[in-house]
Formats: sequence, structure tokens, C-alpha cells
Amino acid sequence: MKWLAKIFTKRSNWSIPYFVFMLVFVVLPLVLIFIYAFQNNDGEFSFTNFTKFFSSPEDANTFVYSIGIAIITTLFCLLLGYPAAYILSNKSLCRSQVMVLLFILPMWINILVRTLATVALFDFIRVPLGQGALIFGMVYNFLPFMIYPIYNTMAKMDHSYIEAAQDLGANPVTVFRKVVIPLSMPGIMSGIMMVFMPTISTFAIAELLTMNTIKLFGTTIQENINNGMWNYGAVLSLIMLVFILAMEVFSDKKEEAAGNEGGLI
Amino acid sequence: MKMKKFIAQSYLWLLLILLYAPILIIAIFSFTEAKVLGNWTGFSTKLYASLFTSGSHHSLMHAIQNTLVIAIVAAIFSTILGTIAAIGIHNLRGRKKAIMNSLNNIPMLNPDIITGISLFLLFVSLGITQGFTTVILAHITFCTPYVVLCVMPRLLQMNPNIYEAALDLGATPAQAMRKVIFPELKSGMISGFIMAFTLSIDDFAVTLFTKGTEGLETLSTYIYADARKGGLTPELRPLSTIIFVTVLILLIVINVRSERNRKRVEKI
Repeated sequence: MKWLAKIFTKRSNWSIPYFVFMLVFVVLPLVLIFIYAFQNNDGEFSFTNFTKFFSSPEDANTFVYSIGIAIITTLFCLLLGYPAAYILSNKSLCRSQVMVLLFILPMWINILVRTLATVALFDFIRVPLGQGALIFGMVYNFLPFMIYPIYNTMAKMDHSYIEAAQDLGANPVTVFRKVVIPLSMPGIMSGIMMVFMPTISTFAIAELLTMNTIKLFGTTIQENINNGMWNYGAVLSLIMLVFILAMEVFSDKKEEAAGNEGGLI
Repeated sequence: MKMKKFIAQSYLWLLLILLYAPILIIAIFSFTEAKVLGNWTGFSTKLYASLFTSGSHHSLMHAIQNTLVIAIVAAIFSTILGTIAAIGIHNLRGRKKAIMNSLNNIPMLNPDIITGISLFLLFVSLGITQGFTTVILAHITFCTPYVVLCVMPRLLQMNPNIYEAALDLGATPAQAMRKVIFPELKSGMISGFIMAFTLSIDDFAVTLFTKGTEGLETLSTYIYADARKGGLTPELRPLSTIIFVTVLILLIVINVRSERNRKRVEKI
């Protein structure tokens, strides 16, 4: 016991328990996805499950379709959310803090409860469930996640830049295009990520909103894992993981670029 | 200018109406008895009453109980682990610190479904039967990074010399920890705990993959299973309404309190 106490008198060693925990519950599981993906059903090394994905048009199509739905949802959220964030952060247009609170409140409510409520609403006004309902429902669900980060960056924005641009003769459109948008770019990027990531990987929401008529990639993964096709499920997970990693690297670069631009102005 | 403000305000209200329409519908129809949502069969609070009495939907109450127990246990463990980790990481230097920070980021960047599947594969290959414990372990995994992020700023603001000062004045390291460092970190730990608690309650995907086949259900997985069967338990309507009102009140209280604190600070 004494040697143990000695180790923990040095405070940097306090990170050791967490390090071990992360190795077991974060790193090892991800490695396992990798291992399972490169095995066939008998546990031997093989690429069979990869070839299965690329030769089965149905699953590959679902993947592309899910990306499409995610892009459309993100675009709608951006188009609806950006003006809202702009108004909320602009003191002369909106003074009330309660307004901001009302917009971020849905983030704290269970996503399935919210989806359920959306399904109920569509039932109530007799809108058929399907692709349209799916996109509307996802926009409902994820709009707060777009508004919040954009609002945050805009609220911190230095308004003297806008005044300076106006003083120098820029018309409102130019001010918006050359000052407001570049300065809010970091918020836009993180808003896009916060909406795009969950929409691409969702499964339950799509099932509820389309009565199981439309399948998204998340559902495909979940069904395979549920039916005991772990190796194939691991391949699908790996494909999604790689795609998302690529997105993250891309958005990091963009965010950095946007940050630099903001500094230059 | 007035016109502009009017348009802006109307836009916000329009969005809010759209955003809250589903929840409002649920709340309105929680006050009628009809099994199917959309049928109004007269005002009644029967659903509220039956939500709190055990009956056919007994499993719903059980699911709520599970959700709360899992959230509390996971939040306590994440807060302890995360705080200790934050102190450790704060005292690390150079490459080790960078490694710990990027490790800490992985669970936050991973989509839920990947976290769920990877942990499922872990438990399966270790031969661990999945159930209550595995769900809690999984929740600790994705909650702790947020606790670390909540405690870290407090450590950065803290004067590094006060710990040494306490030691010089004759405190044992344990005493110095308890009486000097802990009070400084308390507010960060509390917000970390709240964060972990809400993340755990909200979680669906990770729970679904780690709950095993023993019939353990949380609120999210219960709703999912229920919706897949087709008919939704009518008691979900009053429950959603109660959850919504609770969250609304909590947020307003927190907001009013922090506003008051800010004003007090400004006065000083």
C-alpha cells in the first residue's frame, strides 16, 4: 500500500487511473471494431466483409442516401437557424434572454420524446410519414444545435467591426457578406458538425418518422449487429468512422482558416 | 428600423411556434383519456393519475426508475474519475499532456452509435454478461470527458501556490487536498455532475447496445421498443409533459440565479 500512496503524492500521476480507464473503454473497443472488420465469420483474417459491402448495392446505396439526407437537413437547419441566431445576438432586434433560453431548451429534452412529439404532430395534421416527414422531423430535432453555436460566436463578436465597415461606406449587404459571415464562420462550422454528425449516424429517429419505410445507414448497422452479424456490422461502423474522421479533419482545417481570417480583419 | 424589428421578432416567434408545436400537441392531449393521440374525448386527468399508480404500464415506471438510478450512479463516478483525471492532466507537461487531451476528445467526437457498438464488441469479446453494470460503465465512458472539461478551467484559474502554502503551514497532502483544492474545484465539479447527469438521461444509442438481453429498459429504450410495437403507451403523454415542464422550470431557475450572481459581482 505504501508504494501506492507514494505514486499518488506526485499529482501528475493522478491521471493514471483515467488513462487506464480510457485504454480499456475507449481505445481497446475501437481497436476491436478494426479487428472484427478484418475477420470473416470464423475469426480468420479476411476482406470478405469489405467485398460484401462494396458488392451489395443496397447497403452502399443506403450509405449514400443517408449522406444526402444529412446534407439536406444540415442545409435547412443553417438556412433557418442562421437568421435566428443573428436576430437573437443583435441587441437592437432582440433584448430578451428568455428568447435565447426558449431556443436552446429543446436540447435538454430526450431526443426520442421530441421525435415522438413530431410524429404525433404529423399524425394530427394528417401529413403522411415518409421522406418529407423525415427531413422536417430531423430539422425540428436538430435546429437548436445549429442556432446555439452560431449564437454564441455572434454574441461574442466585436460590433465595432460592423460599424467600421459601415463608416467606410459598405452597404448592408457587403457588411453582411464581408464582415458578419466571416466572423461567425467558427460558429457556422461547429453548428454544421453538431447537426451533420448526429443526422448521419441516427437510426431510431428515421425509423419512427417513416414507419420503417426508409432505411438510413445507422439502421443498417444496428440491424446487422442485432442479427449477430458482428463482423459485417464492424465493417459498416468502420466505414462510418472513417467518413466522420475525414469530416472532422476537414472542418478543423476550415475552422482554423476561419479563425485566422477573423484575426486578420 | 421599427419595421425591421417587427419582421425579426415575427420570424423568431414563427420558428418558436414550429419548434414547440409538437410538444404543445402532446401536452394538450395529455389531458384526455383517448388511447390514440389526436382523439379528444373530453378533459380528464386520468392519464396523470394512472402514471403514478402501478398498472399495465408498470414497466414504464420501472424504466424511469432505471434511467434515474443509472444517471445518478454514472454521474457520481464520472465526477470523481473526471476530477482526479483533471488534476492529473493539469500537472502533466508536454507530450503526455497532449496525449491525455486527445484521448479525452475521442468519446466526445465519436458518434453515439460507434461508441455503443465498440463497447458492445468489448463486452462480448471479454465474455461479460451485459446489463446494469455494463450500461453504467458505458455511461461513465462518455460522460467523464465532459467532467474533465468542466473542472479544467477551475484548475487553470487557481493560484498554484496555495497548495504548497497549505503544505508549508503543516497540512498533510490529504488535508491540503480537502481543505484547499477541493473548495476551489467545487463549482466545476457541480457543473460536470449536472452535465454527466443530463447526458446519461438523454442517451439512447449507447444504452441500446450495452443493455444486454435481460430485459433492462431505460426511458429511451422503452419508448423505442414501444414505438416499434406500433401502439404508444398513452401514459407517455403526461410523462413527456412533466419532463418538459420540469426542464423549463429548472432552466429558468438556473438562469435567474446566474443572472442574480452576475449582478452581485458587478456591484462589488
